[in-house]
Amino acid sequence: MKIFTLNYKVLLIIFIQFYSTLSFAQKDSVFLKRTVPDSSKLNMNLDAVYNRPFLQMGKFPVALGGYMEVNTNYSGTDGISEGFSFQFRRLTMFMSSTMAKKIKFLSELEFEDGTKEINIEFAAVDVEFHPLLNLRGGIVMNPIGAFNQNHDGPKWNFVERPVSATQLLPATWSNAGFGLHGKLYQANWVLAYETYLTNGFDESIVSNTAGKTFLPASKQNKDRFEESFNGEPMFTGKLAVKRRRIGEIGISYMGGVYNKYQMDGVIVDKKRKLDVFAVDINSTIPYLNTTLIGEFAWVSVDVPAASVQNYGRRQQGGYLDVIQPLVKRKMFGWEKATLNLAFRTEYVDWNIGTFETTGDKIYEHIVGITPGISFLPTAQTVFRLNYRYQWQRDILGNPAVRTAAIQFGLSSYF
Amino acid sequence: MKKTILVLSALSLFAILIASCKKMLPPAPKDEEILAGTIPDLTPEQEKEHLIGDASFARIFSKEEGLGPVFVQSSCSNCHVGNGKGNPSTELTRFAHVNGSIIDYLADKGGPQLQQNAVIGYTAETFPSEANVFSKRIAPIVMGLGYIAALNDQAILNNADPNDVDADGISGRPNYVNPTNFFVPLAIHTPNNGQYLGRFGKKAEKVTLQDQVVFALKQDIGITSYFDTQDLYNAQLGNYTGDDVADPEVSSGFVNGLVFYLRTLKAPPRRNANDPDVVAGEKLFNQIGCVSCHVSSFTTPASDIVALSNQTFHPYSDFLIHDMGQALDDGYPEGNASGAEWRTPPLWGIGLAKDSQGGKLFLLHDGRAGSFKEAIAFHGGEAAGRRTAFNALTEQEKESLIKFLESL
Repeated sequence: MKIFTLNYKVLLIIFIQFYSTLSFAQKDSVFLKRTVPDSSKLNMNLDAVYNRPFLQMGKFPVALGGYMEVNTNYSGTDGISEGFSFQFRRLTMFMSSTMAKKIKFLSELEFEDGTKEINIEFAAVDVEFHPLLNLRGGIVMNPIGAFNQNHDGPKWNFVERPVSATQLLPATWSNAGFGLHGKLYQANWVLAYETYLTNGFDESIVSNTAGKTFLPASKQNKDRFEESFNGEPMFTGKLAVKRRRIGEIGISYMGGVYNKYQMDGVIVDKKRKLDVFAVDINSTIPYLNTTLIGEFAWVSVDVPAASVQNYGRRQQGGYLDVIQPLVKRKMFGWEKATLNLAFRTEYVDWNIGTFETTGDKIYEHIVGITPGISFLPTAQTVFRLNYRYQWQRDILGNPAVRTAAIQFGLSSYF
Repeated sequence: MKKTILVLSALSLFAILIASCKKMLPPAPKDEEILAGTIPDLTPEQEKEHLIGDASFARIFSKEEGLGPVFVQSSCSNCHVGNGKGNPSTELTRFAHVNGSIIDYLADKGGPQLQQNAVIGYTAETFPSEANVFSKRIAPIVMGLGYIAALNDQAILNNADPNDVDADGISGRPNYVNPTNFFVPLAIHTPNNGQYLGRFGKKAEKVTLQDQVVFALKQDIGITSYFDTQDLYNAQLGNYTGDDVADPEVSSGFVNGLVFYLRTLKAPPRRNANDPDVVAGEKLFNQIGCVSCHVSSFTTPASDIVALSNQTFHPYSDFLIHDMGQALDDGYPEGNASGAEWRTPPLWGIGLAKDSQGGKLFLLHDGRAGSFKEAIAFHGGEAAGRRTAFNALTEQEKESLIKFLESL
């Protein structure tokens, strides 16, 4: 564990040194090169990991980048507020390099809530044999829905991540594994696929302190980067299609056995499966320039019959973000500054079904809305002012617990 | 100039937003509409201790923390949702073998309570073949328990009339039970041939809140405590289903924190007490004799929690056991209570029961009654006369009486 921590310290020192050098080098724009994502290309959600701004120094073989997120939070639940807080959500650092023609590497190291959580969210080598056939190996982000792979703070107009992406699906969910991905271009169309075999979930999804079927519980299992919980690889696959100036739609699946069905060669349980289906869209309405971003996921888990009904066998949830640019012009000296109106609706039901004893509907769901304003001085930086209101009902469907939050946040690539 | 105005406008808007922050948060529900909060006049230290107990009450146990391996629910608050009355979806079942006057709680076969759920990788308990009596129960409201715990035995015994000397048809009697091995008698407790007066539980089978908490931790959640360190027995596996978590799984401090939380939860609040219909309903409640068992008021003696001392409270129960007739006879005796005998359930908080039961009413010990009228219809035995009297009321009078119940 100590060695682990030290490695991060070494990485931090490299970053600090790199950026210190940059601060001296800033006068020399030839020496310093900022790689900005090429928006003229038909970039898709699967490109999100590389579709980020990087800084490269001269012929230094490594490009670095990252982003940070900070916000204020004033929230309350049914008349009780814990007051006002400042939250440093995350500092994420990217490092990429092209080792040779068509062989590249990228890693994403994230520090959440200060240093409460330190994770390598992505660290993979990509080898391109053909645009339609790329091999990726390492720690990969499973392509379920869109948010899991495309979660950088500066790309979003809201302080909070969608509940369905973090509390139903376990974004950011990454695992050790291998996969293939590729794209097929045809005029204004592009079709993309991704398939991976990775380590998967574990039994904590149906035995945890959340008291419900909870996929994010498996994120606590750090051993998943080293060893599969049950020796069964998990499959994740995604198909997406994009039409220039219209948008992208993706369908994805993630599934596999999550339980330890054998121990020392002895069968102790049947193989219990987890299946997740998701649909995601990202589209801009012509003329209005209104952007719609959303995803919806369905989860099915083979929960043991002896489990309490708090652990749902079926779950579903999603979100839809509507972003309407109000002003896009030079503001405060920034050439292409944008002021947006933003609105998010979201919903998650962690337990779809009825009680065996009464036949009544099981609730355990949440509905939320978030109106907000965002200001992007450049495409790499976003200021967000959000007012979030949610209604959460318990398993029995008793009167909803209401929570509201007023948040002001800043997120920026660096 | 334009830019300055824009900046100033934005700053003003931001300032207004900050100033109105508080108003943009959801308001607290009215105090009388929720089952939460502490008894009045606790010290700051007691309030803090209450909050610690509150967190323990809501704690969801996992397999790694000792849950089960067989259990009914994984948290206190899963059954006592919002501190209120439970729902049949979290019901528990007690079982035993009864042969005439011989009662075997089948402790060596997983008794006295079924743990119908299990952590992943374990087998849930099923009824042993010897079991021939079964008692289903839903969780009771947990508000105001500190007042009941503080009562002197004598205050309860004052209402006892086991031989129905006053010939009113009501013969409430105390349920004397064997104390647990960790029971420490207080000045309020009076022994009776080595037994003590039970006042908690559906059949008044528990003497103290500590007894109830220790029993529920083990039998409901499968959590061993400092006071009871032996894990649950699961006949399905033929041996003790001890988990890998060292026993006791929770400390004496944890148990006592829960007890303190329960002792300091306020009494359920009344609503519309001055509504003419409610006032009329209360009169009828008294007139037809419901109040003979559902005694309205008690006063506590001095207590170690000063805020509980010398307080008059209104539980609408006598904490005695009564023969409720054949319809409610589950054949399951506890202590001196027979299958047909049940402790008068306190009616306080019953008007808010729906808000913890998922919007529907589930009344009586197992939630079988879906309305007040239905619950009254199940009253038999000693209460048969009261049921008859209720049935004789006009529809308007019945509605008034129900409005009174809804105000509790």
